[in-house]
Amino acid sequence: MTTETVSPVSMAPRRRGKEPNGSRPLRGWGTQLVRKIPLIPAIALMAVFLLGPIIWSFYGSLTNAALTGPHAVNVDFIGLDNYRKLFADPTFPLSVGLTVIFVLGSAVISQTVLGLGLALIMEKANKFLSGLVGTIVVTAWVLPEIVAAFVSYAYFSKDGTLNQLLAGIGIPAINWLYTYPMVAVCLANVWRGTAFSMLIYQAALNDVPPEITEAAKIDGAGGLKRLRYVTIPMIKRTINTTLMLVTLSTLSVFTLIYVMTSGGPGNLSTTLPILAYKEAFKFSDIGYGTAIATVMLLVGAVFSIVYIRALRPEKD
Amino acid sequence: MTSTATVSQAVAGVSGTRTPISVASPRKSVSKLLANIVLVIVGACFLLPLSWLILGSLDTGATYQTQIPQAFSLDNYVAVLSPELTFIPLLNSLLLSTGAAVVTVIAALLAAYPLSRYQSRFNKPFMYGVLFGTSLPITAIMVPVYSLFVQLNLLDSLPGTIFFLASSSLPMAIWMTKNFMDSVPISLEEAAWMDGASSMRALRSVVIPLMRPGIAVVGIFVFLQAWGNFFVPFILLLSPDKQPAAVSIYSFFGQYGAIAYGQLAAFSVLYSIPVIVLYVIVSRGIGGSFALAGSVKG
Repeated sequence: MTTETVSPVSMAPRRRGKEPNGSRPLRGWGTQLVRKIPLIPAIALMAVFLLGPIIWSFYGSLTNAALTGPHAVNVDFIGLDNYRKLFADPTFPLSVGLTVIFVLGSAVISQTVLGLGLALIMEKANKFLSGLVGTIVVTAWVLPEIVAAFVSYAYFSKDGTLNQLLAGIGIPAINWLYTYPMVAVCLANVWRGTAFSMLIYQAALNDVPPEITEAAKIDGAGGLKRLRYVTIPMIKRTINTTLMLVTLSTLSVFTLIYVMTSGGPGNLSTTLPILAYKEAFKFSDIGYGTAIATVMLLVGAVFSIVYIRALRPEKD
Repeated sequence: MTSTATVSQAVAGVSGTRTPISVASPRKSVSKLLANIVLVIVGACFLLPLSWLILGSLDTGATYQTQIPQAFSLDNYVAVLSPELTFIPLLNSLLLSTGAAVVTVIAALLAAYPLSRYQSRFNKPFMYGVLFGTSLPITAIMVPVYSLFVQLNLLDSLPGTIFFLASSSLPMAIWMTKNFMDSVPISLEEAAWMDGASSMRALRSVVIPLMRPGIAVVGIFVFLQAWGNFFVPFILLLSPDKQPAAVSIYSFFGQYGAIAYGQLAAFSVLYSIPVIVLYVIVSRGIGGSFALAGSVKG
C-alpha cells in the first residue's frame, strides 16, 4: 500500500538509473525487430478482438446490417442514416440522460462520498468493527455481477426486504423496480461498487503523514477544517484518478440494470449499454445498435484520454 | 484490490503511531462513539441484502423477504446439485476462465519481456495504447464483436469466447506483468546471458520463476474477471450445454426465479464460493504490497 496504488500507472520505468535497458546496447534494425517477436501473440489477439471490433463498430454503424431478414445477408452501406435516426429518436436523449444520472448519481457522488466517508470513519472507529464492516462491504463487491444483480432484485422487489423493512415502520409497500427504477438501480450500484472507492481511499489516507493533521489540530483546526484544508488536498490526485476509473466502469454497467429492470418500465431505466443491446438484439437492428455502441465508445475514449493525461504529470 | 485485512492492519498501524502524540481532547470519545454508530448502520445496510442470499439458500420456504428459516436445511443445495443445472455450467465456467487466464498470462509474459528489458522508441506509444485499451468500455464493443464473431464463424464456440475474454483482459495483464517484471533485477539474467542463454531461455528459467507470485496475481485476476462475466458469454454462446454458470443461472432465474427463490440463492452461493476463496487467497497470501505494486486499477 504505497503510492503505487494511488498513482497506479508509472509511464516511465521506475528506476531510471539502474534500468536493465542499459546493459544490452541498442543494435541495428534487424535485432530490434527480432526482439519484438514475443509481442506478436499479444498484438495479434488485441488487433483481432479489440481493435477489430472498434474499427468494425465505425464501419458497421454506417450499414443497415440486421440480425434476421433480408439485411442479415445483404448488408447495404447507408451512410450516416443510423446517426440521423439516432439523433431524431426520442429514446436517445432519454437514454443519455439516464446514463448521466446513473454515472453521476451512483458512482461519482454516492460511491465517492460513501467510500471516502467510510475510509475516514474507519480510521476513527473501533478496529474490529472497521474490519468487520470492511469485509461486508468488500463481499458485495467481490460477488459475481449476476449474483449481485439477483440479490438487488430480491431486495428491491415488491415483496422484497426493503418493503418488509418499510412495513416495519408503517410505510406502505412501494414497487421500487417499477415506480422508481433509477433509484433502485443506483442504490444497487452503490451497494455493489462502494468497496472499490473505499479500498483506494483507505490506502491513500494511510499515506497521509499523521504529523500534518496533528499540526493542524494543534493550530486549532476542527475536524471538518482539517478534512477540507489538509486531508482532501493531500489525496486530491487519488480522488481524481478514482473518479475517472469509477466513471469509466459505471458507464459500461449492463448486467445489474438488465437483470433488475431490463431497462424498464418502458425505457425509464434504459441506459446506453441497455439501449445498444435492445436495438441490436431485441429489435435485431445491428447497424443501429452499432451506432449507439460507437457513441459509447467515443464517450469512453474521451474519458480514457482525460484519465491518461491526468496520470501523467507527476511521473513524466 | 487491497485486502481488508491489510487495510485494517494498516489503519491500526496508523492509529497506533498516532495515539502517543495525539492531543488529548475530551470530544474524542464522543466522536469515536459516533463513528462506531455510523459504521454499524452502514454495515447493517450492506449486510442486509447479503443475508437474504445466505438465509434464503438454507430455507426451503424462502421468499424475497429476509427471514430466519423455520428449519435450516440443505435441501436447496441438494436440489440444484444436478449435472445439467450446476455441474456442466460450472465446468464451462471453469473452462472459460482457466482458458482465458492461461492464454492471457502467456501472451502477457511474452509481451512484457521486450517491453521491460529492451529500450525502444516503440515502447512508450505501445504502453499508452495498452493503457487506453484498459479503460475502454467492453460493453460498448459487444455489438460489433457479435458481428465479428458471425463473420469469423466463431459464434457459439468456446475457444472463440476464451480468446475474446483473454484479449479483453490483456491490456490490464500486460500492464501488471510489465510492472512485476520491472521489479525483477536484471543482474541474474545477465549471468544467464553470459552463459549463452537466449533471451527466451532467460525469461523461462530466470525471470518467470522469480515473478511467480506476480504471475499468480495476474492469472487469478483474469480468472475472476472471466468467471464473473455475464455479458460476454450471454452474447457469444448460444447452446445451453456450452454456457457458463453466469448465463445458466440467468436462464434458471427466468424459468423458476418466481418460485424457487431458495434454489436460486443456493445456486448463487455455489457459484460465488470460488470467487470469494480466490479473492481471499490473493489478498491474504500472495497479495500485499507486492501485488499492489503491479496491480493497476482493480
